Amino acid sequence: MASAAQGKIEMTLAPHARTNDSSAAASSTSAVRFEIANLNFYYGPKQAVFSLNLKIPVNRVTALIGPSGCGKSTFLRTLNRMNETIRNTRVEGSILLDGQSILGMDVVNLRRRVGMVFQRPNPFPKSIYENVAYGLRINGYKGNLSEHVEKSLRRAALWEEVKDHLHKSAFALSGGQQQRLCIARALAVDPEVLLLDEPCSALDPVTTAKIEELMFQLKDSCTMTIVTHNMQQAARASDFTAFMLDGKLIEHNETSKLFTTPHDPRTEAYITGRFG
Amino acid sequence: MERHFEHDLDELKQRLLWMGSLAERAVHQAVHAVLDADEHLAEAVLAEEDAINEMQIEVDERIQRLLALQSPMAADLRFLLAVSRINGDLERIGDQAVNIAQSAMRILRHAQVKPYVDLPRMSELAEGMVRDSLNALVRGDVDLAQSVLQRDDQVDRLRDQLFRELLTYMMENSAVVFPSFELILVAKNLERIGDHATNIAEDVIYFIAGRDVRHPALDRR
Repeated sequence: MASAAQGKIEMTLAPHARTNDSSAAASSTSAVRFEIANLNFYYGPKQAVFSLNLKIPVNRVTALIGPSGCGKSTFLRTLNRMNETIRNTRVEGSILLDGQSILGMDVVNLRRRVGMVFQRPNPFPKSIYENVAYGLRINGYKGNLSEHVEKSLRRAALWEEVKDHLHKSAFALSGGQQQRLCIARALAVDPEVLLLDEPCSALDPVTTAKIEELMFQLKDSCTMTIVTHNMQQAARASDFTAFMLDGKLIEHNETSKLFTTPHDPRTEAYITGRFG
Repeated sequence: MERHFEHDLDELKQRLLWMGSLAERAVHQAVHAVLDADEHLAEAVLAEEDAINEMQIEVDERIQRLLALQSPMAADLRFLLAVSRINGDLERIGDQAVNIAQSAMRILRHAQVKPYVDLPRMSELAEGMVRDSLNALVRGDVDLAQSVLQRDDQVDRLRDQLFRELLTYMMENSAVVFPSFELILVAKNLERIGDHATNIAEDVIYFIAGRDVRHPALDRR
């Protein structure tokens, strides 16, 4: 799968292997998508992530939780080198995507393989159709564009709502629809990984439920890592959860175990709201 | 700063312990209705049954409210799950006490079959198990809970012993069949009370240590 993903885009559009086995026990035997070793990250002189080691399994949802400022979004953004857009940042350590270091990788190719959805929906000032088609066009997609736009909108559970006005502005959509459009846009280039940085924090519970259901459906073909402040969301939507504090990874376990029997007293204190 | 949720959890624990003390007292009175030939004690147990049942509903409602409104996690979630199960066990202990009280009333219509030797020991053991399982909850004491589990076999052995002994009495003298049979029922109810105390101790271990020690023979990989 790794080598296919590095080839031309036509080669990557085949569905990934289905490994949607949500049994917690599978953790130790799951294939690893990202392997992070001894990761340190600095904003100028200030260190934001300390010696972080983590394996992110293929086609599972991994949630990153922790108090504000603990480094979880920073860590998430190191996974597709989004932090490089910030001046004076420095990364040390190793981040392997399917066994290959991302640090020497072509950044455009990396971000196609590792898509990202942000806290606030950020559609382009274009039509719904063009938002989804954009990534395909710049990647030189030579197949049937309309078919692929439809497929991506269906995967993002948005097709039925927008199929009759694909050429309307994306800004005409509701917040939840815009967020799903952003997910469709990210899915259009068939990424292996989707990074979600608090994707539901601006959404109502009904729309949040749709996004969570969507994540569940996407697990068939996509590895997801989600930063969330919503503990219930992490519990509902993820297979694994990592708790970060002061830039350090404190505990990482199957979600069902971490939320019922955490090992570290700091995790216990945080998830029961007795932190600090 | 103590949160309102913690106050609610503490209040829930206090209500459960109150229910536990009602159940303990019911068992004690029911058995002593037999041992002391005191029908008033049996009547008191029957009169208090509703109080235990009402407590069960109240504790259940408190748990439901906290689960629905607070979305508890980790130790808080384990505590609520444990309390929910303990609540059911305490209510059943109350029912066993009522069964014993009803047997007591029937036993008291007959002459005493034999001197009571094993029955008070069994009762002391079972009552102690209930008391210690709840003390383990209050103190967060896994060792004490573990000791409750170990005592269950002693209660079972006393029940078997009592059963064998009463059987010989019944075989020798058919006139004592009825009260002997009722005494066997009393022993059976005490043995069940020991089982409920064991369940409570297992739930306490789950709450405190996060370990599910029920059915250790099961492979839980």
